[in-house]
Amino acid sequence: MANDPKASPRAAIALGAAAAVAGAASLFFRRSSKERYTIESDAPNWTKDSAGDGERPVVGTSVLIARPKQELYDVWSRFERFPEFMENVESVSVEGDVSSWQITAPAGQEVKLKNRITRRVPGEEISWQSEPDSDIINAGKVRFSDAPAGRGTYVSLVLSYEPPAGAIGRGIAKLLQREPAIQARRDLRRFKQLMETGEVTTNASPSGRASDSPTEPRI
Amino acid sequence: MRALTWQGRHDVRVETVPDPEIVNPRDAILKITSTAICGSDLHLYDHYIPTLRAGDVLGHEFMGEVVEVGAKSTLKKGQRVVVPFTISCGNCFFCTKQQYSACDNSNPAETSDASDLLMGHPMGGAFGYAHLTGGYAGGQAEYVRVPYSDVGPIVVPNHLADEEVLFLSDILPTGWQAAVNADIEPGDTVAVWGCGPVGLFAIQSALILGAERVIAIDHYPTRLALAKKLGAEVFNYEDVNVREALDEMTGGIGPDAVIDCVGMESHGMSVDNLVDTVKAHLFLGTERPHALRQAILACRKGGRVSIPGVYGGFADKFPLGQMMEKGLTVKQGQTHVQKFTRPLLAMIEEGKLDTTFLISHRASLEDAAEMYRHWHDEQNDYTKIVLKPEMAKGTVEKVLEEPVAA
Ligand SMILES: [Zn+2]
Ligand SMILES: [Zn+2]
Repeated sequence: MANDPKASPRAAIALGAAAAVAGAASLFFRRSSKERYTIESDAPNWTKDSAGDGERPVVGTSVLIARPKQELYDVWSRFERFPEFMENVESVSVEGDVSSWQITAPAGQEVKLKNRITRRVPGEEISWQSEPDSDIINAGKVRFSDAPAGRGTYVSLVLSYEPPAGAIGRGIAKLLQREPAIQARRDLRRFKQLMETGEVTTNASPSGRASDSPTEPRI
Repeated sequence: MRALTWQGRHDVRVETVPDPEIVNPRDAILKITSTAICGSDLHLYDHYIPTLRAGDVLGHEFMGEVVEVGAKSTLKKGQRVVVPFTISCGNCFFCTKQQYSACDNSNPAETSDASDLLMGHPMGGAFGYAHLTGGYAGGQAEYVRVPYSDVGPIVVPNHLADEEVLFLSDILPTGWQAAVNADIEPGDTVAVWGCGPVGLFAIQSALILGAERVIAIDHYPTRLALAKKLGAEVFNYEDVNVREALDEMTGGIGPDAVIDCVGMESHGMSVDNLVDTVKAHLFLGTERPHALRQAILACRKGGRVSIPGVYGGFADKFPLGQMMEKGLTVKQGQTHVQKFTRPLLAMIEEGKLDTTFLISHRASLEDAAEMYRHWHDEQNDYTKIVLKPEMAKGTVEKVLEEPVAA
């Protein structure tokens, strides 16, 4: 009926628009066995109010970076560069698909991660999962997708992890602002700064506080 | 080096602090030659802005000589530059849209969480304005580190004196943007609330941008006198019913555009304003939007509301319904300084803009704490203060001839 050629042009436009909406809606409304409609959400699953499977906490964060996705993928592929923009990562060494991460944890502890790349889609996605002898059981994925023309790339980082000592470990980490959600967001912001401006932004500057150095960030 | 540090509410001190250093490739270090105290510094002085820390170096209106540059700075040692108070990277989505004050990269990752939570998105970085905007040391000091120095600072020719160009750092482009945001059309009457430095520059800008009439409102006689000198019609809001006066001056229509240059430091004495004042002091709400409420009610139907004044958060009793019923267009926001520095500098060179008429005092940086007290307590006599690190302690020069008696 939307394609009724006898309708006036204006009505055709209006009907066309209505049909487009109805057509789009039919993609999202599925008739279930109980004759009720459900909506398939387009929001990232880490933005859901209720936790996913209730097992591992999942954190996710996205940024817009005004660079082409291939360039961002290429830099991210070199895990050795992570310490440039990841605050608590001291060093990363890579052997084939396996990378070893040296991380500064709360109370000056050293934590070692051992991750294996599980999937690579050139220019688009890198996924990894921890090896059994890693100090923290974790899995992660970084995705690069084109933003609207001229705006660059949407970069999404999704992490799922098992905190070092269960809920208590997470509580301590949160207290020290090393909570993964905050950390991931800040690390991704620093990656954006590095890729867009060529440097990681710092407020390092003098203050009247004896504890501050003019060359270190002031928190 | 010597620098003005914030210690607490109504407590600022000039102290010796470490010198700044080059940290990133795009940095530069300036030796400050002139720096001004801003109306918005009073928001810090009064401690209305959260995330200040004792020891923070203040000051966001400054200029000086380049003394050190990072490998990727485009500045050269010895150049005289004026620095925008907003820090902008020049590369992000916002900077490429010339929305410089919304820069997505200049607020460090560690300090941007606070404004992300408070405002919905992280604010751009700014000098000497609490940790909400990045926690950068300001320029009321002998030296300052300027990040992204290839984007912000504007090199000024030697034949222009410091005081002719200093206000390119904030109040001149802020006043200009306020007038631009008023979308002035020929024949328009523009009403400006507040004849502080931003208000005075907004008046001058509105007239240059083609306003037929500008009506300026304040209660300090000296500031009203400065507005009158610029060509504005003026009145004291303590003497008249503001809305009635504006209606009577415009044949019942009201001003075509209204500009609120008062912001949080609204001094209007009325019941609702007193409630706001009490709330602000109790930190229940950070706004005192009395002038803005009045401006919205006074604005003609279908008119424009321009708000350069600093508002820090949520305002109570905001006349949203009136704005809708009257069909008003509202434009506001921090100044995209870098967008305006070049054309405004050209206008200064051509003699089209007077940028020095509002300076009342020149003083040594060493006397900055005392100058803050005067700026806060004697707003009729102190219309703009310029601090100079090279001046000897205890020397204060009165620049403005006789202020008008309050
Ligand atoms: Zn200012
Ligand atoms: Zn930017």
